[in-house]
Amino acid sequence: MRLVVDLNKCQGYAQCAFLAPDVFALHGEEALLYDPRAAEEQRERLARAVAACPVQAITADGLDGAGGATAEAGQGESGGR
Amino acid sequence: MVADYLERLRREGRIVIVGASLAGLRAAETLRAEGFAGSLTLIGDEPYEPYDRPPLSKAVLLGRASARHTELPHRREIDAKWRLGVAATGLDLTAKRVRLADGDEVEYDRLLIATGVRARPWPKEEEARLDGVCVLRTRDDAARLYQRLRSGPRRVVVIGAGFAGSEVASACREKGIPVTVAERAGAPLVGALGGAIGAVAADLQLENGVDLRTRVTVTALEGDAIGRVRAVHLSDESVVEADVVVVSLGSQRNTEWLTGSGLGAGPRGVACDAGCRAFDFRGIVTDDVFVAGDVARSPHALFGYQFLSLEHWGNAVAQAETAAHNMICHGADRRPHLWMPAFWSSQFGVNIKSVGVPPMGEQLMITQGSLAERRFVGVYGHQGRTVAAVTFDNARWLEFYQRQIEQGAPFPVEFPTVDRRPEGRQPVPADFPDPSLPTHGPTVTLSGYSPADRQLVFTPARH
Ligand SMILES: Cc1cc2nc3c(=O)[nH]c(=O)nc-3n(C[C@H](O)[C@H](O)[C@H](O)COP(=O)(O)OP(=O)(O)OC[C@H]3O[C@@H](n4cnc5c(N)ncnc54)[C@H](O)[C@@H]3O)c2cc1C
Ligand code: SF4
Repeated sequence: MRLVVDLNKCQGYAQCAFLAPDVFALHGEEALLYDPRAAEEQRERLARAVAACPVQAITADGLDGAGGATAEAGQGESGGR
Repeated sequence: MVADYLERLRREGRIVIVGASLAGLRAAETLRAEGFAGSLTLIGDEPYEPYDRPPLSKAVLLGRASARHTELPHRREIDAKWRLGVAATGLDLTAKRVRLADGDEVEYDRLLIATGVRARPWPKEEEARLDGVCVLRTRDDAARLYQRLRSGPRRVVVIGAGFAGSEVASACREKGIPVTVAERAGAPLVGALGGAIGAVAADLQLENGVDLRTRVTVTALEGDAIGRVRAVHLSDESVVEADVVVVSLGSQRNTEWLTGSGLGAGPRGVACDAGCRAFDFRGIVTDDVFVAGDVARSPHALFGYQFLSLEHWGNAVAQAETAAHNMICHGADRRPHLWMPAFWSSQFGVNIKSVGVPPMGEQLMITQGSLAERRFVGVYGHQGRTVAAVTFDNARWLEFYQRQIEQGAPFPVEFPTVDRRPEGRQPVPADFPDPSLPTHGPTVTLSGYSPADRQLVFTPARH
């Protein structure tokens, strides 16, 4: 599964790092490091992190196993489509 | 008539996007999300599908992610024809055709230019070819540099202490590799954040064991008998032995393929209006050519309509969304690209974030925290207005300052702050270098002025 974090939005609250510690980690006080390619066995945890992020900064695809679909709770910075 | 044209365009038109990276992909997704049903072609000279670059200088160099696996997640199906591994080499505005390096031609009804920038190479070609001399822009660059760092170099020299160079130095130190950073200015990050904040970045580097050399330039790269780099010569006559040299001297815009097309494209990028429509060289806006991302230069209403070139991830996403929207809707429904400039960097374990346009600021005020603790909010002012803010490990405050900037809040800031230290009471010079001197650093460049303004030349006041 691929993922990207909009680090302009990210507030370093670290919910994702608690829920999926093999994918996300805080580096220092609030800088977030993550692996943009999460392993298959991380699916559940990654889905929970995406849902839990308070600012909807995480975009991931392949979460439903279909490969193309996307889980993204929010939209880009500029909002509407 | 116009309505008919747009209806047809949306139903069966041909949209071509040149540059298959962050801006190109997000634009393609937005086009489909907004109902574009015609044919969509993405042309990219890299042989890879769109991938994310920020991890390349961070997680990848630290070995926490693979350079080969930073492909961007797709927000939706885009049903596009991909032409990857082939460069666009020319544009015919009259015939509405893009020429490709393999001799092919692709016709369009509307075109989006998203060709971004590339790393500025070391200017002396022979020295640049020495084994061990690297740049960092693509995933291939990152894979090569990662291998070099893994093989345990005696010392790495980074030329240029902008964000990218500083991030590379940070990764080296974290891996225990000796690193020297050579910077022309008086401190790292000076072009982007000014000398006052640069001094903090310098302390951060020194404390983490970087051999930081400022106010020097690199005069030569020296190779050994079999063509490997072995030493770096500096303008203060010192010589630093190294077997990896990372050239981090900023970027060059990928506009060469537009030479002679009649577009207003050149070394400073492709100029466009606030709706992302490209200008031709006469300064007249085109109807069918749009621009987004690092290659674009567009006027921003909040910053005096100055043309901003923003080499920022968030800008590429937002501008791509706006350009795509505007490509397939009526004039009245078009949106201006009013994105508030913002970026992040992480280095030496510190999260650095900014909103607004720091290089516009003449003065800086620390409104929270303290420089000495490396945990603070700095606010930049220009002619009595708040124009930018930077945080070191204090990201939660940025949103507040973003709103201040949007509202044109006065500077020096008037509100009482929660933990203001003595150093925050008075604005100090932000200390940006003289813009007329050559520099490689700034991630924001200010140039030109609004077409509506009579002034022909704009030179920001500096001292
Ligand atoms: C190492 C690194 C770290 C970064 N870190 C940060 C960060 O921490 N925060 C931040 O805000 N930003 C960061 N950035 C900047 C961010 O990655 C860019 O702003 C973003 O990639 C811009 O996207 P783009 O699509 O406009 O351009 P690009 O990503 O440059 O893509 C342009 C694409 O077009 C292709 N192309 C060029 N010419 C042609 C042609 N003639 N024909 C066909 N294709 C062509 C290029 O090869 C490239 O694939 C970083 C960049 C790098 C390199
Ligand atoms: S949960 Fe969201 S805001 Fe918190 S660190 Fe993760 S990405 Fe950032």
